[in-house]
Amino acid sequence: MPLPTLLLQAAPTTSTLGTANPVSILMFFLFVAVTMYITYWAAKKTKTGSEFYAAGRNISGFQNGLALAGDYMSAASFLGIAGMVATKGYDGLIYSIGFLVGWPLIMFLIAEPLRNLGKYTFADVVAYRLKQRPIRIVSSVGSLLTIAFYLIAQMVGAGGLIQTLFGLPYEVAVVVVGIVMTAYVLFGGMLATTWVQIIKAVLLLSGATVLVILSLAKFGFSPANLFSSVTQQYGDAMLAPGGFISNPWDALSLGLALMLGTAGLPHILMRFYTVPDAKAARKSVFVATGFIGYFYLLTFLIGFAAMALVGKPVIEGIDKGGNMAALLLAEQTGGTAFLGFIAAVAFATILAVVAGLTLSGASSISHDLYVHVVKHGVSDEKGEMKVAKRATIALGVLSILLGLVFKGQNVAFMVGLAFSIAASANFPALLMSIVWKRFTTQGAVWSIATGAVLSLVLIVLSPTIWVDILHNEEAIFPLKNPALVSMSSAFFVGIVVSLLQPEKSAALKFESEKLRTYLGIGAE
Amino acid sequence: MPHIQPPSAHEIIESPEFKKLVSKRWSVSLILTLIMLAVYIGFLLVVAFSKESLAAKISPNLTWAIPIGLGLILFAWVLTGIYVYWANNNYDEAVQELKNKVLNS
Repeated sequence: MPLPTLLLQAAPTTSTLGTANPVSILMFFLFVAVTMYITYWAAKKTKTGSEFYAAGRNISGFQNGLALAGDYMSAASFLGIAGMVATKGYDGLIYSIGFLVGWPLIMFLIAEPLRNLGKYTFADVVAYRLKQRPIRIVSSVGSLLTIAFYLIAQMVGAGGLIQTLFGLPYEVAVVVVGIVMTAYVLFGGMLATTWVQIIKAVLLLSGATVLVILSLAKFGFSPANLFSSVTQQYGDAMLAPGGFISNPWDALSLGLALMLGTAGLPHILMRFYTVPDAKAARKSVFVATGFIGYFYLLTFLIGFAAMALVGKPVIEGIDKGGNMAALLLAEQTGGTAFLGFIAAVAFATILAVVAGLTLSGASSISHDLYVHVVKHGVSDEKGEMKVAKRATIALGVLSILLGLVFKGQNVAFMVGLAFSIAASANFPALLMSIVWKRFTTQGAVWSIATGAVLSLVLIVLSPTIWVDILHNEEAIFPLKNPALVSMSSAFFVGIVVSLLQPEKSAALKFESEKLRTYLGIGAE
Repeated sequence: MPHIQPPSAHEIIESPEFKKLVSKRWSVSLILTLIMLAVYIGFLLVVAFSKESLAAKISPNLTWAIPIGLGLILFAWVLTGIYVYWANNNYDEAVQELKNKVLNS
């Protein structure tokens, strides 16, 4: 189909990115004002532990589905995947598929037993019939490592993004993000965090939808015309897999990390405690998967539209990784005001994601470490809440410091590392504790330790760090993401250690645990 | 929550109905999990070993890669829908029946 020549060439853009945009500043303040009001409202309803950690278990399945989607759709996936499609074409979609396919597995394997067995953290489930102290210590290490790497990637990304978007200095941006998100978690707990996620998810999904509609309007609302414009400018190769997967083992390893890591992310798992029962937990995964899938469809179209309308050279000229593609497209299709709106949505997205991470980190410190390790499982609610709030402040300060320390560093690998630790340290122990009768305390401890240590060591020796960051000639470990080796080893070690040293009490308790796992009897 | 009497709880766990419920739940879950894993890993293998087949054109501006990739996203969602449908219509009822037995004993 012949297209008007006007559309065949990318219009050169003079972007207002990096200058103070009144619409985005207004939108951002509006978002902060509304979410602070919600935090104030939530603070009055957040007194007990179950209210702070789990929003009183009163969130509906649909609301939790939106909040899960909000937790998962980070600025990195919005701007990063759209940018990847805009610069590399189809390969960006392969990446987003990996992020999506973990969700069905969460539903089939984890969500309902987790909801029935646990209270606030996933360690509740692992420790259910095993010895509390050793399990709580290693699981909180697994949790906190996952959270720390995810948080660093988000904070450094946030600082850079806000600097580019608003012209605000990096340091100021990091401090603002750290303070606002700490306020959400500290005062409003899970209730405020959930509503921040829901608002952000709605804003992000509607903003991206409008962006797709405005872009497709330029192609007579025909995706075929859009693809045709892409192939005429950049060739047919853009519509097919390119260099993203050159080594099948690499692809499999990354695929497993993304897929099973999703089922081991502490801030995602924690959300299942906010709904009243297993049925609502199940529904929330269905809702979340639908919204996240729709979101990846949008980012795919946004990427191609940016490639066709803004042009690869312009996008890569502003940011090599293409991270500004969606924003440049917003400016070109909807003007400065729409750019401001999308920029504010991206900012809100970062705030919401780091708040969710901080809350799950704080609960791991207070519920797993303080109550079950320091206090041997006996602590009054007041003491636990006090520690939870202090942990929140400490994590807020720490995230600001980490954001400042890692300024300008290449932290892109940290998201992959966080997924690898989640898939290798958290997921195997969680799954085996739910399904395997003969799983033991020692088995769990060694499995988690193996998964975490191997992830960390192998990623340093992998091309990701050894070659790309440390500039050595050749990597010692060949795969870019270690999950294939670290996760299989974690399962293997967990099974072998459990079989070598049976734990009678754990096997006995497994039977009675079943009433709670499958019938929900005694569930919190 | 009424106190659960250990013997009756034990009877329920040992009952054929409960055992059937648990094994049915895991067979449904495992079949769906294996389907998801097979489809996704199959897709990665095609990407790795047979890029040309995905680059083949359906129409001048559409390769097979695009409907297959987007179809995979839809497929993952539909699988979660199938599980919810099964659980709402079969599993929950059986759970409720067994639960009443335990709580009434």
